[in-house]
Amino acid sequence: MEKWYLMTIVVLIGLTVRWTVSLNSYSGAGKPPMFGDYEAQRHWQEITFNLPVKQWYFNSSDNDLQYWGLDYPPLTAYHSLLCSYAAEFINPDWIALHTSRGYESQAHKLFMRATVFIADLLIYIPAVILYCCCLKETSTKGKIANALCILLYPGLILIDYGHFQNIYNSVSLGFALWGVLGVSYDWDLLGSLAFCLAINYKQMELYHSLPFFCFLLGKCFKKGIKGKGFLLLIKLACTVVASFILCWLPFLAEREQTLQVLRRLFPVDRGLFEDKVANIWCSVNVFVKIKDILPRHIQLIISFCFTFLSLLPACIKLILQPSPKGFKFTLVTCALSFFLFSFQVHEKSILLVSLPVCLVLNEIPFISTWFLLVSTFSMLPLLLKDELLMPSLVTMMAFFIASATSFSTFEKISEEELQLKSFSISVRKYLPCFTFLPRIIQNLFLTSVIAMVLLTLMTVTLDPPQKLPDLFSLLVCFVSCMHFLFFWVYFNIIIMWNSRNARNQKKLN
Amino acid sequence: MAALRMATGSDNWFSALALGVTLLKCLLIPTYHSTDFEVHRNWLAITHSLPVSQWYYEATSEWTLDYPPFFAWFEYVLSHVAKYLDREMLNVHNLNYSSSRTLLFQRFSVIFTDALFVYAVHECCKCIEWKRASKELTEKPKFILSVLLLWNFGLLIVDHIHFQYNGFLFGLMLLSIARLFQKRHLEGAFLFAVLLHFKHIYLYVAPAYGIYLLRSYCFTANKPDGSIRWSSFSFVRVISLGLIVILVSALSLGPFLALNQLPQVFSRLFPFKRGLCHAYWAPNFWALYNALDKMLSITGLHLKLLDPNKIPKASMTSGLVQQFQHTVLPSVTPLATLICTLIAILPSIFCLWFKPQGPRGFLRCLILCALSSFMFGWHVHEKAILLAILPMSLLSVGKAGDASIFLILTTTGHYSLFPLLFTAPELPIKILLMLLFTIYSMTALKTLFRKEKPLLNRMEKFYLLGLGPLEICCEFIFPFSSWKMKYPFVPLLLTSVYCAVGITYAWFKLYVSVLTDLPVFKTKKP
Repeated sequence: MEKWYLMTIVVLIGLTVRWTVSLNSYSGAGKPPMFGDYEAQRHWQEITFNLPVKQWYFNSSDNDLQYWGLDYPPLTAYHSLLCSYAAEFINPDWIALHTSRGYESQAHKLFMRATVFIADLLIYIPAVILYCCCLKETSTKGKIANALCILLYPGLILIDYGHFQNIYNSVSLGFALWGVLGVSYDWDLLGSLAFCLAINYKQMELYHSLPFFCFLLGKCFKKGIKGKGFLLLIKLACTVVASFILCWLPFLAEREQTLQVLRRLFPVDRGLFEDKVANIWCSVNVFVKIKDILPRHIQLIISFCFTFLSLLPACIKLILQPSPKGFKFTLVTCALSFFLFSFQVHEKSILLVSLPVCLVLNEIPFISTWFLLVSTFSMLPLLLKDELLMPSLVTMMAFFIASATSFSTFEKISEEELQLKSFSISVRKYLPCFTFLPRIIQNLFLTSVIAMVLLTLMTVTLDPPQKLPDLFSLLVCFVSCMHFLFFWVYFNIIIMWNSRNARNQKKLN
Repeated sequence: MAALRMATGSDNWFSALALGVTLLKCLLIPTYHSTDFEVHRNWLAITHSLPVSQWYYEATSEWTLDYPPFFAWFEYVLSHVAKYLDREMLNVHNLNYSSSRTLLFQRFSVIFTDALFVYAVHECCKCIEWKRASKELTEKPKFILSVLLLWNFGLLIVDHIHFQYNGFLFGLMLLSIARLFQKRHLEGAFLFAVLLHFKHIYLYVAPAYGIYLLRSYCFTANKPDGSIRWSSFSFVRVISLGLIVILVSALSLGPFLALNQLPQVFSRLFPFKRGLCHAYWAPNFWALYNALDKMLSITGLHLKLLDPNKIPKASMTSGLVQQFQHTVLPSVTPLATLICTLIAILPSIFCLWFKPQGPRGFLRCLILCALSSFMFGWHVHEKAILLAILPMSLLSVGKAGDASIFLILTTTGHYSLFPLLFTAPELPIKILLMLLFTIYSMTALKTLFRKEKPLLNRMEKFYLLGLGPLEICCEFIFPFSSWKMKYPFVPLLLTSVYCAVGITYAWFKLYVSVLTDLPVFKTKKP
């Protein structure tokens, strides 16, 4: 491996971009009384440091849950506690109970940014590098290019280092990636442990849980459910239960404690969706005000049914034919199904879809690049609110250039390279003239890029009409949602036709 | 789609590199900027709102116009773009004005003018020929050279964080070098003359240009043993060269000559009232000299050889005063530094005259001129090291010996720029970028010359690795120690002395290689 130094360079570039983005503004900077996600993170440090564990999730005179109450699983709270010890060492004012509310200073910003940076450096980046190094059938150069593209993915950088989400995405996604790594290379126990940590860091990781479950179950079936497979199943179950108990230990003593944490984690009373998010419900809401027409429990049931039905085919397929490749694609579709159809989705949850898409970047560079650009674009209203226009544009262009040059993305648009060969062949049985798919996809791509550029320009330069103040952000969401639906269909097609493709290749060989 | 494919194909690595670094520059916009930002804003205001006759007299701000006229005209042109963005920045009395539009405008003006630098790098890559080209893209000398130039750490932090317009100036210089390589001598001379009237610091390398053009362009032939053939002197060439230089100078200085303001212009351009060293000692010979003086005076005090009352107070309490008074060693005058510089330059000039080796020899001489004047000049800025580093990049991909000198010179030279950025948010940026550039240059050159002996010997490696602990001491340990109050200048002193050793070594090594590495001329042929 003579080119190891290139990997170092790639990591350094990723780190430099991350740190330069972090010099920009963050969410809720100088906006009392609630500030933003940045303040939430600081507030949790204050709470976890000053209050005993038992009071973390309960409303009290010292812990006003209306003011950024802790609503993430225990690992997040422990992480906050850890950071708060560092904060206490540097400047106790930062986390003083009550008095530190809305604390903002240059030094504190630096500290908060550094905590993200360190967490990223310790968990997410090593996972990405290891993942790229373990890629099969890829040249060293390809591995390095892949690492560069994944590390430059703008969405994650902008949300973690610009917006400052109230939870470190790089940690939860990093753990999930470790999980993917473990499970794909037959370190099933370690993989499931890492994934449990991810869930216990951020409950949104449940978007990824079904593929993990199905893949592991499929593996057990493959080994024979009466012999080795059963043993593996038992081991896995023990690992999962043990890691959950370990994370929840302080909250398990009393029933009320556990229930309160769960209530905080899954606030079903918050509505079908919040703000503007690029999923089905928000888009449908433009035409039919489902939020007002239907009662809440019906909304809940409808969204559950849609989600369940939409991810069912891919999951069944994965149980029947577990393979690392199918696993990655199922991760994409499941997360996308959750994002599109489930209850109470945030616009930032698209990152959970982007992570598995990053993993298939080297297999279908064209579609993945497209998806990753759209996913960043879908967060545009949020990024504009945080005054992150400049870094967003720059990082998106950087990502685009990196992926375009390192994969020669725009040369890889044949049916074969879009992994649509077997699909087209089976369609051609009924429709012999079905040869125009790649061309359509190309044209769609061009249209979509033009639409995104135009919409961005309009949002930035024009004032929306007075009657419709949210016109542009709704448009952004709607356009992104259409994209995501298209991608959802595309990835499902790939999964469904995947094994036939493999079998065909075997036949050919 | 086809256009996209064309623009982003895998062959188009150069545009990818250039675009990549441009995007990085855009990301650096919100970083800290030094007083040079205000300097340039003030110049925008002066050139925009005052008549030409006032330009070199205006002194409302302490940052008076002290660059040659072309640069003033450059600011004048910029100001006509600036007026559409924010008229307030063009007011001379609006001191320290920095609205977000001003910031964006000034930062982007640097980024846009860097296009010239990118073009120059492109030309340089074309004109340097390679014997053995590797198939692997990342091992091609062209690729390595363009990374070394485009992603140069020093240029990035000086221009895009600290704030200056070196990019397009170095672009002019590299372009003129490229033109000389391409045998387009008149064009090269013209570009250099223009450059001189943009920023007069390039006078340091003017001797190399003068001698080279005279020797290799005005004399059209050599004797078989390589010595000069006096009869081949071409008057036409001399006159055309002279005309170019005179015309450019007339265009630049003419208006001021007509206004009878030349003495005022020159007094602004060459302020000899400043001290021997800049606030932070540039890592050159005088830094070593000052440090030796300080050491001698301390030991002298310990051994009671010196009388503490006679020692000037300032020199003992701080290293940060501009006027450094020597206690033991004799004080240095501007004339002395000038003589030292001339003496240091002379051998390389002789070499260029008597043993011409084509454009490559010229390039070596140019670097030696830049380095020698950096070593011995009066009131040298640490940024001036870029004047040697950038042309040295061109040499480094050609020969293993040059590559090893380049590595020592750039690494220490770049490290010596660290004190320019002293704010906490920029600390990670400078370390990351420095690591990026250093690791790349070391490993890329190592793979390029892997068939030859290792580029750095054990001592050199040890010295360069020492920069790491030095950085940790200066920026991580020292601020928390009790010495911070008592000796605030220690980190700067250590940095400049440590780097001075490396740069002196590189200068010496380069000189030795130039003087000993004589060309195998046609004398061997019967």
